[in-house]
Amino acid sequence: MSIDEGTARRVAKLARIKVEDAALPALAKEFSTILGFIEQLNEVDVDGVEPMTSVTPMRLKRREDVVTDGNQQAAVLKNAPDAREGFFAVPKVVE
Amino acid sequence: MSDLSKLTISAARDALRKGEVTAVELTEACLTEIDGAGALNAFVHHTPDIARAQATAADARIKAGDAPDLCGIPLGIKDLFCTKGVPSQAASRILEGFRPEYESTVTTQLFDAGAVMLGKLNMDEFAMGSSNETSVYGNAVNPWKIDDRQLTPGGSSGGSASAVAADLCLAATGTDTGGSIRQPAAFVGITGIKPTYGRVSRWGIVAFASSLDQAGPMTKDVRDAAIMMTAMSGHDPKDSTSAELAVPDFEAMLTGDIRGKKIGIPKEYRMDGMPDEIEALWAKGQDMLRDAGAEIVDITLPHTKYALPAYYVIAPAEASSNLARYDGVRFGHRAKLAQGDGITEMYEKTRAEGFGPEVQRRVMVGTYVLSAGFYDAYYNRARKVRALIKRDFDQVFDQGIDAILTPATPSAAFGLGEMTDADPVQMYLNDVFTVTVNLAGLPGISVPAGLDANGLPLGLQLIGRPWEEGDLLNTAYALERASQFVAKPAKWW
Repeated sequence: MSIDEGTARRVAKLARIKVEDAALPALAKEFSTILGFIEQLNEVDVDGVEPMTSVTPMRLKRREDVVTDGNQQAAVLKNAPDAREGFFAVPKVVE
Repeated sequence: MSDLSKLTISAARDALRKGEVTAVELTEACLTEIDGAGALNAFVHHTPDIARAQATAADARIKAGDAPDLCGIPLGIKDLFCTKGVPSQAASRILEGFRPEYESTVTTQLFDAGAVMLGKLNMDEFAMGSSNETSVYGNAVNPWKIDDRQLTPGGSSGGSASAVAADLCLAATGTDTGGSIRQPAAFVGITGIKPTYGRVSRWGIVAFASSLDQAGPMTKDVRDAAIMMTAMSGHDPKDSTSAELAVPDFEAMLTGDIRGKKIGIPKEYRMDGMPDEIEALWAKGQDMLRDAGAEIVDITLPHTKYALPAYYVIAPAEASSNLARYDGVRFGHRAKLAQGDGITEMYEKTRAEGFGPEVQRRVMVGTYVLSAGFYDAYYNRARKVRALIKRDFDQVFDQGIDAILTPATPSAAFGLGEMTDADPVQMYLNDVFTVTVNLAGLPGISVPAGLDANGLPLGLQLIGRPWEEGDLLNTAYALERASQFVAKPAKWW
């Protein structure tokens, strides 16, 4: 499948990665190469095969729904690029 | 004792217990080697203060008679592992300045066992790469050199491979999502094992593709791999996919006796255009195992060809989801914003500045294959093919095969920069022999087995039954003893 610039732009937007317009043709070409490679999968007969959900036959563990951790505000905020008054700070979201 | 950094873990352990050497002496020897090896760019964050404190504590433990196998052993830690208070940035700009407030389970277990951390090791950004060239620190360099060119140590665990092969540390941690332990181990002539999925806790390791990622040791020989495996493995309540299974003493399982073992040779791994030397090494490996008493059996793994394309759907899909957390809010890099920029611009600029080209590419491919309208055609189809790949292995093991022998890589180490102009798929082909193992969740080990005509190391891979790393290590041990690989790179750095 060939990916056009519009699709490349849309994917970049969905991925929240800023891509300059000038870079879109090269990006679309790379996507096309990779997806062309992936398309071999269409040769495989997968009728009646369940998609794998877990590589080991284990059930995901469930734990009791209780608080096991907490009271670590300072540690949680320690690496934030911008933390104020005990919160993560971001540009204004709501007018 | 001289050349202390050249010791294996087992030799150092025995010398420490006999009092012939101290952990402080071992550590100082490694720190000196690291200081002189800047040209390899293997260690990217140095932690000499932590190392000296840990070594002093280890010496006290040894003196008190409380010395686990790794007590006083100086290790390098891949930058993907979160280490408390020490930069842990997955070789990415987006985690610049990040110092975790917590310690990964694997490093916690290693330190509890008395291991010494010398520093953090170079790697491909977010473990996405096969040549260590996607790193924000610049590439690590292979200590092996045959002409003017600098060679890749492989990837993603390229710094780990380079550091162990160059004797900057006794051993290192690696992680393996598609071959990132085994391919670099083969490129530098050391041993690397990817355990069964779920054997080693993933908690505190920066996630790439969660259903494929496993950490494992990269060591100078098979015995060291066994020792380190025992220390790294075990159930962890903090990782919901961690297996609740007892961890055997893997070292005690190394008898070298593989008489009667059935070793499968999958015909699908004989690729078109495979160099004769790889083919010859593979044949030599079969002879060595046969001479050691194993039975060589031709087998078929019919879906092998589809492993790489399935991987390049599943791994980017999981990566796009895992890497959504890097948004410039909670940790790491945040882009400088222009007047009027809102939160969406903050995300988009931060991620464009923070992620390198290969990571951006994979996140976007993952986003595409998971997007509405393509989820079934790509992602679900890939997961079905993955189920078939695993079934291939299940059937072979049901026939009584104990382990499978394959080449580790399709070539010896290549020159840094040589793949720059190739399309991304060319680089992905490096993982062609290793990626099946991640998709099937199996243990796989790369063992150095010979040199090519140019004098560069080549590795063989053994693939084992799930949870039977002990048996796999023993087969690898027999292969190691037969191949008697002792070549080391000549020091030029």
